[in-house]
Amino acid sequence: MDLQTTIYLVVGATFALYIGIAIWARAGSTSEYYAAGGSVPPVMNGMATAADWMSAASFISMAGLIANMGYGGGLFLMGWTGGYVLLACLLAPYLRKFGKFTVPQFIGDRFYSQTASTVAVVCLLVASITYIIGQMTGVGVAFSRFLGVSSDTGIYVGMGIVFTYAVFGGMKGITYTQVAQYVVLICAYIVPAVFISIALTGVPVPQLGLGANVTGTDVSLLTKLDQVVTDLGFGKYTTTTAGSTLNMFVYTFSLMIGTAGLPHVIMRFFTVPNVAAARSSAGWALVFIALLYTTAPAVAAMAKLNLHGTVNSAVGIQSSSEGMKVHAEAIKANADPYAVESSLQYEARPDWMKRWEKTGLLKFEDKNGDGRIQYYNDKTKNEAAKAKAEAAGWKGNELTVNADIIVLANPEIALLPNWVIALVAAGGLAAALSTAAGLLMAISSAISHDLVKGVFAPNISEKGELMAGKISMACAIVVAGYLGLNPPGFAAGTVALAFGIAASSLFPAIMMGIFSKKMNKEGAIAGMLAGLFFTLFYVFAHKGIFFIKGTEFLNVIGGANSFFGITPEAIGGVGAIVNFIVAFAVDKVTKEPPEHIQHMVENVRIPRGSKAVDGAH
Amino acid sequence: MQHNHDVQGYWKATLGLIAKVLAIWFLVSFGAGILFADALNGISLGGYPLGFWFAHQGSMYVFIALIFWYGKKMGDIDREFDVHED
Repeated sequence: MDLQTTIYLVVGATFALYIGIAIWARAGSTSEYYAAGGSVPPVMNGMATAADWMSAASFISMAGLIANMGYGGGLFLMGWTGGYVLLACLLAPYLRKFGKFTVPQFIGDRFYSQTASTVAVVCLLVASITYIIGQMTGVGVAFSRFLGVSSDTGIYVGMGIVFTYAVFGGMKGITYTQVAQYVVLICAYIVPAVFISIALTGVPVPQLGLGANVTGTDVSLLTKLDQVVTDLGFGKYTTTTAGSTLNMFVYTFSLMIGTAGLPHVIMRFFTVPNVAAARSSAGWALVFIALLYTTAPAVAAMAKLNLHGTVNSAVGIQSSSEGMKVHAEAIKANADPYAVESSLQYEARPDWMKRWEKTGLLKFEDKNGDGRIQYYNDKTKNEAAKAKAEAAGWKGNELTVNADIIVLANPEIALLPNWVIALVAAGGLAAALSTAAGLLMAISSAISHDLVKGVFAPNISEKGELMAGKISMACAIVVAGYLGLNPPGFAAGTVALAFGIAASSLFPAIMMGIFSKKMNKEGAIAGMLAGLFFTLFYVFAHKGIFFIKGTEFLNVIGGANSFFGITPEAIGGVGAIVNFIVAFAVDKVTKEPPEHIQHMVENVRIPRGSKAVDGAH
Repeated sequence: MQHNHDVQGYWKATLGLIAKVLAIWFLVSFGAGILFADALNGISLGGYPLGFWFAHQGSMYVFIALIFWYGKKMGDIDREFDVHED
C-alpha cells in the first residue's frame, strides 16, 4: 500500500472514532454540556487535560525549538509542566469546591461584582481566541502536508469535525474524544522516538537513551553532540541559556503561572466528581503530559545529532537510503568536520531531504559552488571555528532547516514503515483538534453562561441556555475558522500574549480570591487591569500596538528588552507581580468585603460539602 | 458548618503543606534547573550533566511526585480535622 493511501486510512479511522464517541456522549443538560456532569474519573480527566493542553505547537514545534535552543529550551519543559503543581495545590481543588461552571463566574461571585466578572470574560476571550488561531492554522498545515489537500480545505474539514463533536457533545463529548485523541497523539510521538533511540544508543527508552553512550562507543550522546556543535561554531548544547539567566528564570515563571491561569485548562477541573479527585487529576494530567515532554528533549538532541551526521560524515552517524548507521570508529576518532570530503555531496543526499526540499522547509544554497552541503554557524564568535571555516573555503551556511522538520521528518529520517508516518500525521491532527475543542468550549461557556445568562438574560431556562451554548460554540468555530483562513499579521506573536494575559490577570485574581479572605472587589479589579495593561504595554512596545507593524514604541521604554533584559514573551510573570502589588495596595485603602463573602471563602477552603457542579448564579 | 471544626488549624496545616510543596517545586526547577545548573553540570548522571538533566528531565519527574504526595498529605489533613468528603 502506498504512503498516501495508508495516511488516508489511518487518519480516516481516527476521525471515525472521534465522531463515534461524540454520538455516544451527547450532552442533554447544561451540567453535562459545561462540566460533563461532574463525573469524569481522575485518570480519564488527566488524559483529556493532557490532550487539551498539548497543542499542535507542543506536538510539532517544541522538539525543534529545543533542538535549536539546547539547554535554554528547558524553559518550555519546566514552564509548561511546573504550572500543574500550582494548579494542583493553589487553584483546582478550591475551584472544584466552589462548584460552578466557569472562571469568570468564580471571579464575579467571589468579588461580588459584575465588573470583575466582565473583566475576566474579556481576558478569557482574548487569551483563548489568540490561542485558537494557532490551532486552526496548525490543522491546516497538518492536513496540507500529509493529505495533499490545500491548507484552506484542511481548515474546513477540521471545522466540520470539531463542529460535530463539540456542538453536540459539549464538555462531555469533548472530554471522551480527547481521551481517544491523547492515545493517538502519544503513540505517534513515542514510536518514532523509540526507533531512533535504539538506532543511536541501543536503549529503547528515549529518556534513558539521551543519557546513554552512542552504540559501540564509550562516548555519551550528549558529549558527542556538544563536541559536534561547538566544532561547527554553534553554542554548546548542554549549557547555552535562553538570553540571560534572569530572563530564563522569569520566562519559566511566566509560563508556569500562565499555564495555571489558562481558562481552558482550569475548566477541566470542574468535570471531576469531588475535591480529592481534582487534586489527583492534576497529577494524572502531568503524568500524561510528561510522557511527551520528557521524550521531546531526547527527540530534539537525537534529531540534531542525526541531521549533523547526515550532512557531515566526520560526525560518524549517517542516514542514507539504507537507514541510520552509527560508525563507532568515526565517533571515537573525532574527525575534522572541515575536511573537504566530510561535507555531504548535494547529489548524494538522502531521499527524505529531497522530499522536504519540495515543501520549502529545508533549503540548500551552494554558496561556495563546490556541490557539497556546508552546515555550520557562520555568525559564530568562536574564533577557532571561524578560522577553520575560512581556511576550508566555506562561504557561509548553506542549509536552512525549519524547526518543525525535527518531529515531522523523524520517521522518514529513520526509514520507519509507512504506518508510522501515517500515525504521526494522525497525531499532529489529534493534537490540534483536541486543543481547539477545549478552547472553543472555554469561549462558548464564557459567552452563554457568563454573558447571556449572567448579564443579558438571567431568567433564561436551562434548555434556552443549552441552545445559547451550542449557538455560541457554532459561532466561535466559524470565527476561529475565519481567523485560521485569514490569519491576522500578528498570528506568530499571539500564543505568547495568551500566556502573558493568563499569567498577569487571571491567575493572580483567582489565587487572591482563595488565599486572601480580605481581598475586596476594588483591589481585585485594579490588580487585574494593572497586570493586563502593564503586560500589553510592554508587548505592544516591542511588537506594535495590537501587533500592527510600525506602531512599536520602543523608544518610550528605552529600547528592546529594557526591563532588566527581559524579553516580551517573558513579561507576564512581572505583570503578575504588578497585579499582586496593586491589588494589595488598593485593598488597604478601601473597605473590606462583606461578611457573607468572607464566609464563602472559608467554605471554599474546606472539602466537605462539595456538591455536583450546578453553575447556579 | 454543623460540627465545630478547627477551621483555623486546618487552614494553617494546609498552608504549611503548600509551603513545603512550593519550596521543593522552586528548588528543582528554578534552583537546580536554572540558578545552580552551571555548578551542577560538573556532576554527571550517566551521560547527563546534572544541571541539564534537571532542566530537561528531572524537574518534571519531581513535579509529578510532588502532586501525588500533596494529594495524599492533603487527604490526611482533611481526615485529621474531620473536613473530608463523604
